[in-house]
Amino acid sequence: MPRIQPDEVRTIATLARLRLSPEEIERMTHELDAILEYIDTVKNLDTGDTEPMTHAVPFDCPLRQDEPMPSLSVEDALQNAPRRRDSFFEVPRIVPGSGEGS
Amino acid sequence: MSVDRYEAVIGLEVHVHLASRSKIFSSSSTTFGEQPNSCTDPVCLGLPGALPVLNRAVVDAAVRLGLAVGSHIRPRCRFARKHYFYPDLPKGFQISQYEEPLCEGGAVEFRLAGEARTVRLTRIHLEDDAGKNIHDDSGVSFVDFNRAGVPLAEIVSEPDIRSSEEAAEYMRALRTLVRTLGISDGNMEEGSLRCDANVSLRLHGAEKLGTKAELKNINSFKHVREAIEHEIRRQAVILDRGEAVVQETRLWDPERGLSQSMRSKEHAHDYRYFPEPDLPPLAVDQAWIDRARASLPELPEKRFRRYTETLGLSAQDAGVLASEREIADYFDAASKSCLAPAKKVANWIINEVLARVGDPRALAAAALPVPASALAELVDLVERGTLSGKLAKDVFGRMWQEKRRAGDIVASESVALVSDAGLIEETCKKIVAAHPDEVARFRAGQSKLLGFFVGKVMKEMAGKADPKTANEILQKLLG
Amino acid sequence: MASPQVKGATIAELADGVRARKWKARELVEFYLDRIARLDGRLGCYLLVDADGARRRADQVDATVGAGRDPGLLAGVPIGLKDIFVTRGLETTAGSKILRGFVPPYESTVSARLAAAGAIALGKLNMDEFAMGSSNENSAFRPVHNPWDLERVPGGSSGGSAASVAASLCAGSLGTDTGGSIRQPASLCGVAGMKPTYGRVSRYGVIAFASSLDHPGPFGRTVEDVAMLLEVIAGHDPCDATSIPSPVGRYRQACAAGLAGMRVGVPEEYFQAGMDPEVEAAVRGAIDEIARAGAKLVPVSLPHTQYAVATYYLVCTAEASSNLARYDGVRYGHRTAEAASLDELYSKTRGEGFGVEPKRRIILGTYVLRSGYYEAYYGKALRVRRKIADDFRAVFDQCDVLATPTSPTAAFKLGERQADPLQMYLADIYTVAPALAGVPALSQCCGFTKGNLPIGLQIIGPPLGEEAVFRVAGEYQRHTDWHKRLPKDPS
Repeated sequence: MPRIQPDEVRTIATLARLRLSPEEIERMTHELDAILEYIDTVKNLDTGDTEPMTHAVPFDCPLRQDEPMPSLSVEDALQNAPRRRDSFFEVPRIVPGSGEGS
Repeated sequence: MSVDRYEAVIGLEVHVHLASRSKIFSSSSTTFGEQPNSCTDPVCLGLPGALPVLNRAVVDAAVRLGLAVGSHIRPRCRFARKHYFYPDLPKGFQISQYEEPLCEGGAVEFRLAGEARTVRLTRIHLEDDAGKNIHDDSGVSFVDFNRAGVPLAEIVSEPDIRSSEEAAEYMRALRTLVRTLGISDGNMEEGSLRCDANVSLRLHGAEKLGTKAELKNINSFKHVREAIEHEIRRQAVILDRGEAVVQETRLWDPERGLSQSMRSKEHAHDYRYFPEPDLPPLAVDQAWIDRARASLPELPEKRFRRYTETLGLSAQDAGVLASEREIADYFDAASKSCLAPAKKVANWIINEVLARVGDPRALAAAALPVPASALAELVDLVERGTLSGKLAKDVFGRMWQEKRRAGDIVASESVALVSDAGLIEETCKKIVAAHPDEVARFRAGQSKLLGFFVGKVMKEMAGKADPKTANEILQKLLG
Repeated sequence: MASPQVKGATIAELADGVRARKWKARELVEFYLDRIARLDGRLGCYLLVDADGARRRADQVDATVGAGRDPGLLAGVPIGLKDIFVTRGLETTAGSKILRGFVPPYESTVSARLAAAGAIALGKLNMDEFAMGSSNENSAFRPVHNPWDLERVPGGSSGGSAASVAASLCAGSLGTDTGGSIRQPASLCGVAGMKPTYGRVSRYGVIAFASSLDHPGPFGRTVEDVAMLLEVIAGHDPCDATSIPSPVGRYRQACAAGLAGMRVGVPEEYFQAGMDPEVEAAVRGAIDEIARAGAKLVPVSLPHTQYAVATYYLVCTAEASSNLARYDGVRYGHRTAEAASLDELYSKTRGEGFGVEPKRRIILGTYVLRSGYYEAYYGKALRVRRKIADDFRAVFDQCDVLATPTSPTAAFKLGERQADPLQMYLADIYTVAPALAGVPALSQCCGFTKGNLPIGLQIIGPPLGEEAVFRVAGEYQRHTDWHKRLPKDPS
């Protein structure tokens, strides 16, 4: 029983906003299946109540002073913009309310 | 009305823009001008290789907020990445908090139609704001990242709210609170206070919660009431038909007074939260909490109770005075240095000062024409009888215009009431002698004519007669 | 002409030479630029050569020397930078088409520190796309060829960084190591390379692959060169919240301090049956040499080693899927030519811009972070990660450093492992665990196969134990001359 099916790869590709060709989906399903099988060894290891290790440093979050520093110039901020209008970044029309933001 | 069959169960998620000088994870300024993308840096633009560094003042503001509402401040909390794709989200994820937020629990107290209410909080956490999308009529949209990275505190309430009015009052209470603490402008129209509402209905007496819908795009206290009202009616109609409410997000349209489903056909949200690897856990120790607690000002509800219970002010007056920190501070300062009872000071502030000042925050400004001590001085002049109420109002007007103290104006222009009985008596005799008809009618029983005589005396003395004395003398003269 | 002396010179010698006016920085730069122009066509090390910038910087260094002022510790030393380090005004691609043409408006901390010390960046070095790979065959532009055998891979992901030092196309270089991407190519190319303690070197301006695992670090022909570079780039950076505040050690000094009395642990899990016999022979030979030099060998165990590769690929792909979410065609980089909607803009841009390996890891990473799967996969991996780190902590009670092979094999042929990604992942078996634990580890040459391919020895130390690592590595190098061997120039 394969661990992952093409449909699931398609769903994940959508979540990740990654357009994959049918060949890519096919191939990736195969590869991921093998990788997930290998990864099962970790999944099945009993770790008891070991704490997760999210960071490899032993200290707490450093804090910085609330001092504003000079920003990038508008030109620097926009210099790599694939598409711009004046000092905005331009994107295809956003349907208002189609996402998270307002 | 079908809505009466149901109990509305409402929870609010409120985002407060914390007024630090620089952004939460980078050092660009939070006060930006008109030009789009003039206030960005590699971090808030999401450039490759950029890393977040946490702003201490932002944490402090959130700690103070948590303490003010009685939350538990976690000694150690974590940041998490919340993933979704949207043009105003430069990294493709927001840095927020998920499993271990800064504050847990707490409650907001306020009054609804004179009754004390408490809404419990689930949590308060920190996160960064996204940029702004602007749309025009062509087929494109525009993105401005000036706002990206501005610090937000998200306040999540328990579903304790039961009406749209209560929701609006809750929002007002939060606004007053954050302004009192000095951590935010709390301005809904400008976006420094935003709310999403979760609304569900259930039959009265039922235990289980109904399916909730989330309302977005609520941009004013008025919208809070209207949007929630509309949603309650919408859900009541559905439930009456025996159908089920769909769990979805709906966008409030204030122009049309209705909401539209935002339910996206393709993708359900899976934020794929995981601990932010670029920020180690945040520690807030007891010393920090103690310092923050010691720095808290008198909180709005406590202030309100002091005004009503200790000072005996009416709920309405106390409400106005406690609604903004600057008004309450001004009132406290004035009434402290004043012999007159607090009620009188309150009246002066509510009727005269607030009418002139515009933005109440100007009460704390050095350029204020009538500082608290100056008002106190004026009120005491009335209290001692040196000025009549009406005279004092004129004096106040001049104090405001000319930025002069009452004592100064009174002394330089002999504005003070003439209380010299002899002088008043002379004028009264003169008036009585000049109006024999009225005297006769008064003595015949038209006692209301006393006012006529007092008025004439006041006119003769250019309003400066002490009306009480004039009154007594006239009564004696007229018999 | 200075050429023969320069070709074999160490960084210390070059910098000393510039300060002593034995040669000019400009001469050094021209020497390397000339070699790059003649030879890099066959090797593929550089994605971008900044000849003008290098000459300008060199002239500045020479002017400073001429004016009698101190030009810095690395005066005039020509350096290559893996194209993962953001360089202001100079295209930076991370080896990917999705960043082709991206010109950063800011500079990475480490490249700024090198420049401040007088080093001269010759250009940006080839790499596996977004640091994902162990052979540099995943570069979107062209592969890198191993200078010891042009038909073989140099290792990855810092393939260009390792090969350029081996082929004398720069005197030293910077790379990054997330699961072995400095150590493994160092091993395959016969040079020294170090992954420092996590947080020892700032990640500000390092294009992120896996944030909790990315370690910027140096390559050099000798252990001292690596130590010199590390001293310059290491140290606290307020722009990186995971940057360690403690002061930088005296690494160069440690290289000469000797290893008398040190205990060198030999973990059994790194010497399993079925090892490549030439690798085993060379590494065991090196360990014996270290014992003869005065170290005490201690057999130890790192019991969770068998889970390290799987744990690594769970953690790094999850973080990668997140770090790569920003490449959406809105603010920089590739953007699809036609998009009718926002979703199309994203999907087509990313589908076109990313190569096979990033796509694979984004899909896997997204999968393991999905709600419902998180605890079983990512959550679990973080716990196993702590167990792996605890293994190291326990072992460093019994010894000062560990000695192991760096790579299970010497360089393999180009194209040999393309068909099976899992096979490629398994080659990381000796390098991933120290990355997961965040402990410092260095690879240095310890022999050659019959086919004249380099074999690497890995020295692993405790957190902030770089000095111990340099002591052992420096002493070993003093007893051998593998580091003096140079590959023939490609014809």
